[in-house]
Amino acid sequence: MIRVVLPFHLRTLARVEGEVELEINGPVTQRSVLDALEARYPMLCGTIRDHVTQQRRAFVRFFACEEDLSHESPDAPLPEAVASGAEPFLVIGAIAGG
Amino acid sequence: MSTVRVLVGTRKGAFILTSDGKRERWNVDGPHFAGWEIYHMKGSPADPNRLYASQSSGWFGQIIQRSNDGGKTWEQPGTKPGEPTTNPDGSPKGESNKFVYDTSSGSGKPLTTHQWYDGTQHPWEFKRVWHLEPSLTDPDTVYAGVEDAALFRSSDGGQTWQELAGLRGHGSGPKWQPGAGGMCLHTILLDPSNPERMFVAISAAGAFRTDDGGSTWKPINRGLKSEYIPDPNAEIGFCVHRLAMNRSRPNVLFMQLHWHVMRSDNSGDSWHKVSGNLPTDFGFPIDVHAHEPNTVYVVPIKSDSLHYPPDGKLRVYRSRTGGDEWEALTNGLPQRDCYVNVLRDAMAVDSLDSCGVYFGTSGGQVYASADAGDHWAPIVRDLPPVVSVEVQTLP
Repeated sequence: MIRVVLPFHLRTLARVEGEVELEINGPVTQRSVLDALEARYPMLCGTIRDHVTQQRRAFVRFFACEEDLSHESPDAPLPEAVASGAEPFLVIGAIAGG
Repeated sequence: MSTVRVLVGTRKGAFILTSDGKRERWNVDGPHFAGWEIYHMKGSPADPNRLYASQSSGWFGQIIQRSNDGGKTWEQPGTKPGEPTTNPDGSPKGESNKFVYDTSSGSGKPLTTHQWYDGTQHPWEFKRVWHLEPSLTDPDTVYAGVEDAALFRSSDGGQTWQELAGLRGHGSGPKWQPGAGGMCLHTILLDPSNPERMFVAISAAGAFRTDDGGSTWKPINRGLKSEYIPDPNAEIGFCVHRLAMNRSRPNVLFMQLHWHVMRSDNSGDSWHKVSGNLPTDFGFPIDVHAHEPNTVYVVPIKSDSLHYPPDGKLRVYRSRTGGDEWEALTNGLPQRDCYVNVLRDAMAVDSLDSCGVYFGTSGGQVYASADAGDHWAPIVRDLPPVVSVEVQTLP
């Protein structure tokens, strides 16, 4: 079970509260997580990554295990703690400060 | 008794204001899509309970919302949860927020760049939908004017969008340049007497017309003048802020150009200035009375550098002569210390016998007049900055 934390506005679009839990068969990567997320919540297509290029939107960032994974390859394995469900995969709207 | 529904898009959500035909007491419903910019909402003339809304965010991009019950509930048209998001060949399906420019060879003239502020060529990049114009006859057909400027059409209720590429492909596209607000297609007028005819306006390219349902387009900017364009015969390059028409006389168009209020009596083939005695002829919105095709409304703004009313007085100007002769409408509007702006899509009229006029401000007020502008009162005073105002007159 993969845990995904969405930012407020995407939770509103997807009509979910709290974390999203996804089943993924095969390697756990940014791409497989986002594919599974969009399959479950098609209304999120295009809001995190471009419809056509599949590139991450410029002001969206990915974090897990206190690491910035935004610039990692979408096909690189995510940390084991994410794959095991111990830690969530965080989708964040980029801001400075906070 | 008839009712009036005012659709208000703001920087932080959408609001729906309703009243009976007296237009004295209002119900304010919202915010819908709280926290998102709502550039535009509009209802289908063929089914007034079908509404479309353009919802966008700098972080998460464009969303299209649709309501089938007059704005009580909303949905994103498109793939339902549990359905595949890809086509059988693995490519991503069309979605309600998927606006992809047509670069196919079939469109004849695929375009990849336009002119940037510094004169260099810049890639065409989709940013947002500025304006949604539902078909006059089919609730499932709707046009979208977008930034970077292009026109899209959906014929399945906003689930999927296809570009009408003949507009960008007509020849001058590489010379189009963004105005201060971006390179946006902000105005779409459908000719009620000719389903093949449509007018659009782009900042800062100008106005265009199709007479074949959107396949081919021609610029209609003859007679426009700009101090920034030395060529008096320039075909494009004009920062048209807004076009308006009265449905009973669709060959007569009114335009708020960057500077100057203009009029065309031949469907845009040529324009002449009708600024007359306006205190300044810079502004954004322009609209026409629902029943008097020669009664026109503008909101003069001090200048292109100072986007607020002259002298701190918020005044709508009305011409009952189709331009040139204007009177200030001030009753009920702030006449001191007022420094708000009224954006191009933030004025609309209803079609009750006594025509109502409505506009929203950058200060969050929505003003209404139930007597064609003679008297004004705020419906609400403290919304987020208002981007757009549309009105539906319901039986």
